[in-house]
Amino acid sequence: MYVSVKGGEKAINNAHSWLSEIRRGDVNIAELNIKQISEQLTLSVDRVMSEGSLYDKDLSALAIKQSRGDLIEAIFLMRAYRTTLPRIGSSKPIETGKMLCLRRISATFKDIPGKQKLGPTFDYTHRLLDFKLLADGEYEKAKIEKYDDKEIPHVLSFLNKEGLIQKEIPSGKTSKDITRNPINFPLTRSERLQSLSRGDEGFLLGLAYSTQRGYARNHAFVGELRTGYVEVQFEIPELGIEINIADVMFTECESVNQFKGSKKIPAQFTRGYGLVFGQLERKAISMALVDRSMRWKEFGEEYLGVAAQDEEFVISHCDNIQATGFLEHIKLPHYVDFQAELDLVRKIREEYKKNEQRT
Amino acid sequence: MKNESRKQWLSYLATADENYLISLWDNLNMKIEYNWLREPEIGSVMVQGKAGVTGDNFNVGEVTITRCSLSLDKKIQGHGYVQGRNKYKSKIAALCDALMQTEKKEIIKRNIIDKLIKYKNNKRNEILSKTEATKVDFFTLVRGEDK
Repeated sequence: MYVSVKGGEKAINNAHSWLSEIRRGDVNIAELNIKQISEQLTLSVDRVMSEGSLYDKDLSALAIKQSRGDLIEAIFLMRAYRTTLPRIGSSKPIETGKMLCLRRISATFKDIPGKQKLGPTFDYTHRLLDFKLLADGEYEKAKIEKYDDKEIPHVLSFLNKEGLIQKEIPSGKTSKDITRNPINFPLTRSERLQSLSRGDEGFLLGLAYSTQRGYARNHAFVGELRTGYVEVQFEIPELGIEINIADVMFTECESVNQFKGSKKIPAQFTRGYGLVFGQLERKAISMALVDRSMRWKEFGEEYLGVAAQDEEFVISHCDNIQATGFLEHIKLPHYVDFQAELDLVRKIREEYKKNEQRT
Repeated sequence: MKNESRKQWLSYLATADENYLISLWDNLNMKIEYNWLREPEIGSVMVQGKAGVTGDNFNVGEVTITRCSLSLDKKIQGHGYVQGRNKYKSKIAALCDALMQTEKKEIIKRNIIDKLIKYKNNKRNEILSKTEATKVDFFTLVRGEDK
C-alpha cells in the first residue's frame, strides 16, 4: 500500500543546493567547460553515448559534468533526454566496410589487405603513471605518412571465400525496436544485439570473461577490430533522396570462434559480432563474445545452464539504467512497506510465544 | 537539377562542422526572405547496423538530428536536415538548399559547399595519414641456426 506523505521539501531543496555547490568544487580552480570534457575525456563521452543510446558529444559531455563524473548517472540523463526526442526515422544499415578507420587490427592474420593499423591505442603502453601530464600541458604530435585511400576489406570475408567460417545470411525474421516495444523472449538476434550495444560495459565484460574461463566455452579470437567514422545514410522523406545525414564513430569487433560441423556441413568457424558507438573496444569485444555464446541454439550446441548462454538472464540484466533504477529505489522511503513487515514479524513472534507457553 | 548533386550538397551541409558552416554563412551577409514550412525541430534518427556485417539489420542507437523546411517563393523549397541540435545550422542548410536551386547557386557553391567539401577532405586526409603512420611492418628475425 502506498500512502502519500508530505514533508522534506526544504531538506530536498537544500540538499540540491549543496549538490550544485559541491559539483562546482573549489571556486579557485577554473570551471570545466563542456568542450573540455568532449575533447579531453573522449572515452567517457563515448561510453555515455553508447549506453545512453544517443550519439551527441555535447549532450554527453553535459551529462558527465552534471553528474559529477558518475557515468551511470550521466547515462540516465542521456536516456531521459532521448525519450523526449521525436523519432524522425531510421537510417539505412551502415556500411562498416567503408569506415574511415583510425584503427584496424586482426589477431588472427598477420598479413592482411589494408594492413594492421594500431591507431591511438593504450595497447603496448607501460601502464605507468605519466607524471609529465601532472606537470605541464605538453604533448607529442601524431606522426603522418603517405597513404592509399582504399576501402579496407573485412578480414573475415577472406575466410568466408574459402567457406571456412559460417556465413552471416539475413534470416528474414522481423525484429522490434526494444526501446519502443515490450521484450518477449525468445528474442531475435537483432533484438539481442540492440540490447547488448546499449548494455553496461562492466556487465558485458564480466560475462564475456566468464565464457573465456569456461562457462560456455567457445574459445574466441579477435578476427578483426576496427574503429572509425561511418557515414549514416538517411532518406529525406520530403525528397526521396538518400543523404549522408551524420558521421558517427563506431567500434566493430568480429570474433572467430570454435568451429563446428555436422554430417552435412564440414567443420567451420563460427562468429560473434560487436558494434558500438565511439571508441569502446573493450565493450565491442565483450559484446561479440556474449553474442556468440547466446547463439548456442542456432549452432546446435549444448545448453550448459550458464549465465552467458541464457538470453533471458543476459538481456534482462545488461541494462544499467533498469538495474540501477530498481536497485537504488530501495533507498527511497519504504516506511509503509516496512511497517507491514514489522507488524507481521511481531505477530509471528507473539504466536510463537503463545505456543511456547502452552507446551 | 539532378538528384545526385542535391544529394551531395545536402550531405555536406548535414555533416558540416556547425561553427564552420555558421561562420561561412554569416560572412556572406545575405538577407534572404523566406517562409517557414516547418520550423526547426530537434529529433533523432535510429541508426541501423548489420549483424556480422552481412546479416540482419539491427538498431544500434540514435543520433540527434535537427530539421526544418522553408520556401523562398511558392516554387522553391529548401530542406535542412542536419546532424546535431543546432537550429541555426539547420536553417542555414535549408536556405543553402533553396538557394542552390536559384541563380544564387554559384555564390553558395563557391563560398559554402566547395569549402565544406575541402574542410571534410582535409579532415579525412589528416586521419588517413595519421592512421597510416601507425601501420605495422612485420619482419622476421634471422635465427641463429640459419646463419
